Amino acid sequence: MNIPDLKLKGAEIHRRDVLKGGAALATITLAPGVTLMAMGNGVAAAANPGVRWGLLIDAGKCPSDCSACVTACSDEHGWENNGLPTDPQWIRKVTLRDKETGYENTLPVMCQHCENPPCVDVCPTGASFKREDGIVLVDRHTCIGCRYCMMACPFKARSFLAESITDQKPYSPRGKGTVEGCNMCVHKLDRGDGTTACVEACKATGYNAMIFGDMNDPESDISKALASYPSIELRADLGLNLGVRYQNI
Amino acid sequence: MKRLFIATLVLFGLAVGMTYAASVYPEIPKATGEPHPEGNEYWRINHMDLLRHDRDLTVRDGIRDTDASLAGCVTCHAVNGSDGQPVTFKSEDYFCRVCHDYVAVRIDCFQCHNSIPPKMDKASLMYKGKTETFEVLLAYIEGLSK
Repeated sequence: MNIPDLKLKGAEIHRRDVLKGGAALATITLAPGVTLMAMGNGVAAAANPGVRWGLLIDAGKCPSDCSACVTACSDEHGWENNGLPTDPQWIRKVTLRDKETGYENTLPVMCQHCENPPCVDVCPTGASFKREDGIVLVDRHTCIGCRYCMMACPFKARSFLAESITDQKPYSPRGKGTVEGCNMCVHKLDRGDGTTACVEACKATGYNAMIFGDMNDPESDISKALASYPSIELRADLGLNLGVRYQNI
Repeated sequence: MKRLFIATLVLFGLAVGMTYAASVYPEIPKATGEPHPEGNEYWRINHMDLLRHDRDLTVRDGIRDTDASLAGCVTCHAVNGSDGQPVTFKSEDYFCRVCHDYVAVRIDCFQCHNSIPPKMDKASLMYKGKTETFEVLLAYIEGLSK
């Protein structure tokens, strides 16, 4: 996205220089004490166009009575679902049942981070957008809460926040009148964690049903797993090229 | 003589005006941390543009290493209430509200953003480098005691 050139002196030029100069200059300009909290650690972590973050979920390893990923997401981002149809749900457990055999399995469904996201196509303000590294986000600064994206999404991945909230997580701002959904824990990725809250929680349970990583890197765990075992996209007929893939469903 | 009288009147008027202005002009709460190198006047005029610029860099491009961030603003500009805890945007004493109420300009930042300083837990570690942990903690405690 092109950011309009602001006609400002002083801090503006200085900021540009920091961005161009990278870590060294940023360290010089760091003021001691509290100001550091505003400025980070001097390492610019930007959305890398060479990366495509993705998730591989093995439904065969996902037990029906476990919802650790949902709880972890809720805790991480501070949303709460009390079962009302209008409550936010960034990630949810879905049960699939084979009508012929009665076989059931469950799997978590969240924003699938499409390469060609319909939510971005329909957004009238440009608030719904795809980052360079493939993460589909809502820019709440420009979201007007029209909910077109919720209609367009084939996976019901987004929800609308209808009530005022307080005490948001500083790294995950949310507010009334805007649409929200899974953001692949961008705050964690930008600080270099290379993982998401749901995947960590899944690992902690020992089921290891989720793998997260860079699908463009042939050496990553997710790329190796995708290359070795069959996996599918939900609604592959739509040709959206999803960032989330499933096995054993 | 007439000129002197007018001059006296003007001086008197100015003095009265200044006294009056001093009582009406909002009392801006003192911030902790280092002062802005660009000066307060610059920030008073340009804060919204600086923040708008950085918010796009962060949200759209994932650049979190920006000079200005709202979490940084609310940390240095926290105002403590009677209980010693930072007040939220709901309080009239809140730093932003002191001026914004005065000029009747509504701000929407805190509909989504948290208006109190991030707590020093694992979640807020993203705001600082690993080596400066102790310094930041010290500064934070210092800020609390002010």
